[in-house]
Amino acid sequence: MKNTISHRVADFLKNFPPFSFLHQKDIEVISEQISIIYKEKDSVIFAENEETHSSFYVVHKGAVALRTSLENDILDMCDEGDIFGLRPLIANENYKMEARTHEESILYAIPIAIFKPYALENRAVGNFLIESFASNTHNPYSKSHSGKLYGETIDLEGLDTGRKLLDLQPVKYSKKLITCYSNTIAKDIAETMTKKNVGAILVIEDSLPIGIITDKDLRNKIVTGEFPITTTAASIMTTPVITYPKKMTVTQAQMAMMKSNISHLCLTKDGTPNSKAVGILSKHDVMVELGNNPAVLIKAVKRAKKAKQIKPIRANIMQLLQGYLDQNIPMTLTSKIITELNDACIKQVIEISLKKMKTPPPVKFGWLALGSQGRSEQLLHTDQDNALVYEDVPEDLKEKTKNYFLEFAKHVNKGLFEIGYDYCPAEMMASNPKWCLSLGEWESQVHHWITNPGKNEVLLSFIFFDYSLSYGDSELVNKLSEFIFENIKANPVFYIHLVSGALQSPSPTGFFRQFLVEQDGAHKDFFDIKRRALMPLTDAARVLILSHSVKSISNTPERFEKLAELEPNNKELYLACSYSYKALLKFRTKQGLLHNDSGQFIALEALSKLEKIKLKRTFKTIKELQEVITIRFNPSNIL
Amino acid sequence: MMINFIEKSKTILFDLLGKSEKSSDEELLNDIDAVRFVVLDTETTGFDYTTDRILCIGAIVLQNNTIPINGSFEVYIQQEHYDQATAKIHGILKEFVIDRPTELEALQQFLDFLGDSIIIAHHTIFDITMINKALERNGLPELKNKTLDTAVLYKKTLLVSNLLERKENYSLDELADKFDISKKDRHTAMGDAYITAIAFLKILNKLRERKEITLRQLFK
Repeated sequence: MKNTISHRVADFLKNFPPFSFLHQKDIEVISEQISIIYKEKDSVIFAENEETHSSFYVVHKGAVALRTSLENDILDMCDEGDIFGLRPLIANENYKMEARTHEESILYAIPIAIFKPYALENRAVGNFLIESFASNTHNPYSKSHSGKLYGETIDLEGLDTGRKLLDLQPVKYSKKLITCYSNTIAKDIAETMTKKNVGAILVIEDSLPIGIITDKDLRNKIVTGEFPITTTAASIMTTPVITYPKKMTVTQAQMAMMKSNISHLCLTKDGTPNSKAVGILSKHDVMVELGNNPAVLIKAVKRAKKAKQIKPIRANIMQLLQGYLDQNIPMTLTSKIITELNDACIKQVIEISLKKMKTPPPVKFGWLALGSQGRSEQLLHTDQDNALVYEDVPEDLKEKTKNYFLEFAKHVNKGLFEIGYDYCPAEMMASNPKWCLSLGEWESQVHHWITNPGKNEVLLSFIFFDYSLSYGDSELVNKLSEFIFENIKANPVFYIHLVSGALQSPSPTGFFRQFLVEQDGAHKDFFDIKRRALMPLTDAARVLILSHSVKSISNTPERFEKLAELEPNNKELYLACSYSYKALLKFRTKQGLLHNDSGQFIALEALSKLEKIKLKRTFKTIKELQEVITIRFNPSNIL
Repeated sequence: MMINFIEKSKTILFDLLGKSEKSSDEELLNDIDAVRFVVLDTETTGFDYTTDRILCIGAIVLQNNTIPINGSFEVYIQQEHYDQATAKIHGILKEFVIDRPTELEALQQFLDFLGDSIIIAHHTIFDITMINKALERNGLPELKNKTLDTAVLYKKTLLVSNLLERKENYSLDELADKFDISKKDRHTAMGDAYITAIAFLKILNKLRERKEITLRQLFK
């Protein structure tokens, strides 16, 4: 029956092919027969070889990964508006892929019996489906199946590039061809290439590519004096040209270049040298496309005009992270680069939010990242913890100013949510009036925590004292830091609470040095690496660094390195701590990437013997460190 | 000793639920996916249980995480009592829908649709009381269905921490914001029912993240 919900579904569908080819009236009729399905993250929609369902699916919200057990690689990632599970519409056989939600998702199930008549009747719809299936054979993993309609997915070519997994993405090549003829002289060729800023030029005859000249050819053949600069293209070009079809994926392009050891591919209409040249693809293009270049990603972030556009870039950042871990790039460098990129995303969200406000900020402010983000240790998507501090204003402007920043913070929190940072379950976010305060208000808040150190106050200061400035005025934040140090100095009792807090984390190993795993809850029998291993180090580093009044270092390994400098007699231990922390963080990050979660809980049986030994070695360091702290901050020594 | 204690607490639990230990739907209660839920919302002329009337009932079926659109129910009811003021909120004008059934007809249609499903709503007590008052006016017995309230269930998802200030009441708007559900059809019975249904599913998911959850626990 026609109702509010079917209208809403129709409203959504009409924006996406093949529904966009249908009449509004027909979309509405179809919508009335649709089922809306909610799927938790990581739940299977259909399995490989499962009997086909009576519906195919459209992703309304979330993302669905398609994969085969053969490769165990994600073949395609469908998100908003993408359709999948079309096999029953075309062929009468079981599913050839598994579809599993990558995030929590809402799907529309469209009954095939209802949709098929439209597909048969409407040419555009039919063509779209056929075209989509055909383009699937370009899937690099389906070579052995080429000719068959292998994939389940519809490749919305040209419509959604950038959303998918990068290496399966169709390549973007430069369509503006720079060409010359076989009788063009070398000097003119070099001038053209310089003017057009390209590294290669195509030699054509009747629109067909007959040769290619690259920078390297000019260097090897002209500059060496082998040929004069008046020689013709014909004598210096590389021929025949290696050509490929324009519909190729990034991975295919990379393979092709490696195979022939060339830096440029010529793309032609049908992939042979006997058809018209349509584009040229350089190694550089492929590198950019692969996104393994932080500078390119930063640029992409800065170009984003909406938070939504940052989300796919964040996916690339995660891929970059995976690459770094696979290549065993030092954790310090990895975490610096990834943090830098994450920071850029956050900054961009803040700038976008500022533009949403009708007026510029009434006074200076600072956006603070708290917790792990403040410590620059947040490599994976986690919850957002943040706060806002602004300049003190006269009494009569107080409410107005506060309301301004609360509204602004609401935009930022929503934007961060959109790019993948979940809302903080404890509401520690700047849009919460308690975490959006003027400098004076923060000072009295901090003073209260330090002078009334109950359990909650200590916990709050633990979270808050690791802040770092994400955006805004550093002067304000410096003032706040100074205030904190002075207050802590004046209240030594506070140390005792910080210390006992730092020693509170549960022990990672039991009496027989076995790992202690969680006893109950959703993570029963998993090892909680955050609470049992990372937090003790973080907490200890914080106490020690505060006792030295060291400002503006909030990263845990960096804190330990600084401590090693300040206390030469404990240098070895502190350096071991710094190393252990990085090793643990790497563990966590790898786990998180593997399971697309925060990596907090580790399945022990999945670890190798060597990994377990490595983990245990870090525990020894933690124990030693805790002993040092216990002795140093013994309550009787302070009071 | 221990066994005794468990047995005892079991009896207490069943007493609380107001049913015997050998309840026939006990099995059913453990399997959320098999249960037919009806998620509903009513638009009314106001908030007074005696003088105000139901303008519209919107309800959708939710079973095994799926909402079949053609299984939805939406009825606009003929009105004698009409309040200009609330019309601004729900946008239902007195003569908006032409062939509207009488209150009795609408209720009968609704009861047929509802069956013995478990009712889910946001601030359920309001909708249920409104419907029960209408049933009473028409000489029908009141609803006996089990009910769940997303306003109550949502609170169970919140972090148990002194750092988080809990509110007494969470509006449907707040839930929609938290769970990133579009508010486009807010204040239509069907639209609100849909938001409630999605919110319910997300709440369930949140609770499951912590522990395997059975339906019985939801009623606790």
